[in-house]
Amino acid sequence: MRIGVDVGGTNTDAALMDGDAVVATTKTATTRDVSSGVVSAISAVLAEKGQSPASIDVVMIGTTHFTNAMVERRGLARVAVIRLCLPATRSLPPMIDWPADIAEIIGSDVYLAKGGYEFDGRKINDLDPDELRGIVADIKRKGVPNIAISSVFAPLNAEMEQRAAEIVREVYPEARVTLSYEIGRVGLLERENATIINAALADLAVDVVEAFRNALRELRISAPLYISQNDGTLMSAEMVERYPVLTFASGPTNSMRGAAFLSKAKDAIVVDIGGTTTDVGVLVGGFPRQASSRVEIGGVRTNFRMPDVLSIGVGGGSLISDKDGVKVGPKSVGYRLTEEALVFGGKTLTASDIVVAAGAVEMGDPSLVRDLDPSLVEAARALINQKVNEAIDRVKTSAAKAPVILVGGGAVLVTGDLPAASEVIRPEHSSVANAIGAAIAQVGGEIDKVYDFNALGREAALDIARGEARDRAIEAGADPSTIAIVHVEEIPLAYLPGAVRVNVKAVGDLHATKAQRMKGAAAE
Amino acid sequence: MTRLSGNGFDVTADLLEDMARGAAFLGAGGGGDPYLGAMTALHAIQTYGAPHCVPASAIGDDDPVYTAAMMGAPTVMVEKLTGIEEVEAAIAALERVMGKPAKAILPAEIGGLNALVPVAVAAKRGLPLIDADGMGRAFPELQMVTFAVDGVSTSPLAVCNEHGEYHVINARNNKASEDAARRLVIEMGAAVGVSCYPMDGATAKRSAVHGTLSLAYGIGKAISDGRRRGDPFDSLIAYLKSTDYYNKCGIIFSGKVVDLDRRTERGFTLGACKILSNEGDGSELEVIYQNEYLRARVGDRTLAIVPDLTCILDAETAEPITTEGLRYGQRVKVMGVSCAPVMRSKAALDLFGPRAFGLDEPFRPVEDLIVAA
Repeated sequence: MRIGVDVGGTNTDAALMDGDAVVATTKTATTRDVSSGVVSAISAVLAEKGQSPASIDVVMIGTTHFTNAMVERRGLARVAVIRLCLPATRSLPPMIDWPADIAEIIGSDVYLAKGGYEFDGRKINDLDPDELRGIVADIKRKGVPNIAISSVFAPLNAEMEQRAAEIVREVYPEARVTLSYEIGRVGLLERENATIINAALADLAVDVVEAFRNALRELRISAPLYISQNDGTLMSAEMVERYPVLTFASGPTNSMRGAAFLSKAKDAIVVDIGGTTTDVGVLVGGFPRQASSRVEIGGVRTNFRMPDVLSIGVGGGSLISDKDGVKVGPKSVGYRLTEEALVFGGKTLTASDIVVAAGAVEMGDPSLVRDLDPSLVEAARALINQKVNEAIDRVKTSAAKAPVILVGGGAVLVTGDLPAASEVIRPEHSSVANAIGAAIAQVGGEIDKVYDFNALGREAALDIARGEARDRAIEAGADPSTIAIVHVEEIPLAYLPGAVRVNVKAVGDLHATKAQRMKGAAAE
Repeated sequence: MTRLSGNGFDVTADLLEDMARGAAFLGAGGGGDPYLGAMTALHAIQTYGAPHCVPASAIGDDDPVYTAAMMGAPTVMVEKLTGIEEVEAAIAALERVMGKPAKAILPAEIGGLNALVPVAVAAKRGLPLIDADGMGRAFPELQMVTFAVDGVSTSPLAVCNEHGEYHVINARNNKASEDAARRLVIEMGAAVGVSCYPMDGATAKRSAVHGTLSLAYGIGKAISDGRRRGDPFDSLIAYLKSTDYYNKCGIIFSGKVVDLDRRTERGFTLGACKILSNEGDGSELEVIYQNEYLRARVGDRTLAIVPDLTCILDAETAEPITTEGLRYGQRVKVMGVSCAPVMRSKAALDLFGPRAFGLDEPFRPVEDLIVAA
């Protein structure tokens, strides 16, 4: 059996699963130390069916902890940045576009050095080992052990970044190095930004992973620990210690993957209604549709692949006002819902109070909203429904109606018809779709590189790309016999005949789960 | 604009965001990512101080004027970030050929990335920046500028890469310069600095499209002010109507992107996108492009055509969307906007009218097309 856990800013949810069956679920409060919240969530699902810790084969955790650290500017370390580029890119040094408050925390130890590649693989300049030794010695003297290294066109050729990392190990062995080619895609500033963020999170990552491990130790669970990354696939705890930034978009991805799993729908619109916002995304073939534009995290531009999610300010805690017509949100009481909402004895009229007053849901004490003006209740109820329907309509890619999966704790807010939906699916366990999304995740490998189709031939080039993505998936722990290529994208480069940027993603089942499943089958 | 002090204004760091957004609008879908230009300008202003932007009339007739731009593949330029050193070195090469040091910097293309590059160069060189450009928008080829309409030659033209390696091209005509430059640019790493159309102050006064840096700032500011008030389109249109060039304008279509066809040929991004109307009547707008949006049509009825601007904007925020930024399902508003009157002459249309882009229809002004619709 396996356990999926979602550690959010407000709630820590857990789901115990056996194969495709959801055995038990729970929702608990996130704790400051992270660890005790995870312990209580896992204890709760184990206790519900009287399962022993030994019956757990693998634990998967999704967390927004690192995203929140970046947004709230806490737990971030000082970082030294080395860019292999000279004489190119001098006009735009690293961190040029960072907000002042975060740039101050990260520091200004920025070094440009000889190196980097052209789009066609030629070198801009040879790497100069002596120059780099001097730079690293300077960083060591300043005592900045977290180092981010980027190189021009590293996604095309990682050799120089790898060589630079060797030199760091030689001169400053205790330093922790993040290389840009392992983090992001073509687009130097954005990839470098993500690399720096990763280096800044390095200390926190060790602490958080340690907190997760402590939780499992306390529960006497010896199963391997995996953590969700941006695209909904898993990485090992050791990987997260090195690449915490890769967990950034795992929240919405897990929720959509969980919704797909629970509803059995592959192509649908997922509406995740929480306390403050409603997030609407599109499932294509069981995976979230990706956003194409750049994504800002805590005011810093990155080019991660993120699910294309539309957020509107409607949630269970949304404030309702009736000055100049009825309004819903975007302000919300958030996690204070159970103190501030009328049905819980509070003084604030929220969206939750409206659906209780309308008789659609039972929550808190319905008698506390009995005296609300019925016309206000009806107008607000209709408005909430209409806003959700409009959001669905906005993300649809064709005029045709699409199936809609409602998930999240606030799904009860939808009380009427959704004209944009062909059907509305409210799957069982939908309030913990995030944790279930973590529990069902596979492992993957992705590459994003420029190939010369004229020199290699298109098919041969795509074969190389698929092979590399497969290798990366195997490295990440995928069982080779289960690996499938789920995404191939070719983008021809303007001006450059034959040069094509290729993005390939491969996913497969986790070795551990498959082995455990087979063990289970043998026992039967 | 508060900074207008009699004779020009300082391009300070706080103007850059709005200037970049306005440049993206005037890019009409192309012109490269103004974000990189804005960041380059920001770094230059922080290092060297804000350059002074002046009307062309403030420049002496005999003053040598040089253009400043980056040239290359947008997909390469986001990785091998072109520097102002490269642009500066291209200008220096032309200064040597011409035997005349620059007295002012002139933008060549106000749409997109190259609106902000001259700001950075003028800051570094400490030279005045002329409030003008050669098209009042963006175009895909070097010879598509009002300078060329006026008989100014593209060459001598200099391209320079990050190593300081440069080539000076002297070609028999402007199209030959463009072809030669394009070949060299690829060989030199597909992201280089360029300076072309060297001219004197009198020529700049006669042949440029004037006031366009101020206009880019004004457009960007109108969008951000409007956004704060919740009516970015009203604000933008009200501003455009107050300008000398872009005053014939309107929203010609509102809908959702339902089809995208994008390919790369001859070094250009070519394609078409279809937008399905919000009205529920099933009508579709087709916008075709070659780097920039060229023409917007419903069925066989043209609503805007080059050199007038077709701009696609996010339906809520009025953020300009480039051809690379288009994607399925986006909610957009499409605007038709008149170009500068100087861009509509017979000679101008021969260079960058519909037929120069292989479109078999005559130019008709957007104001006639919108009224007819």
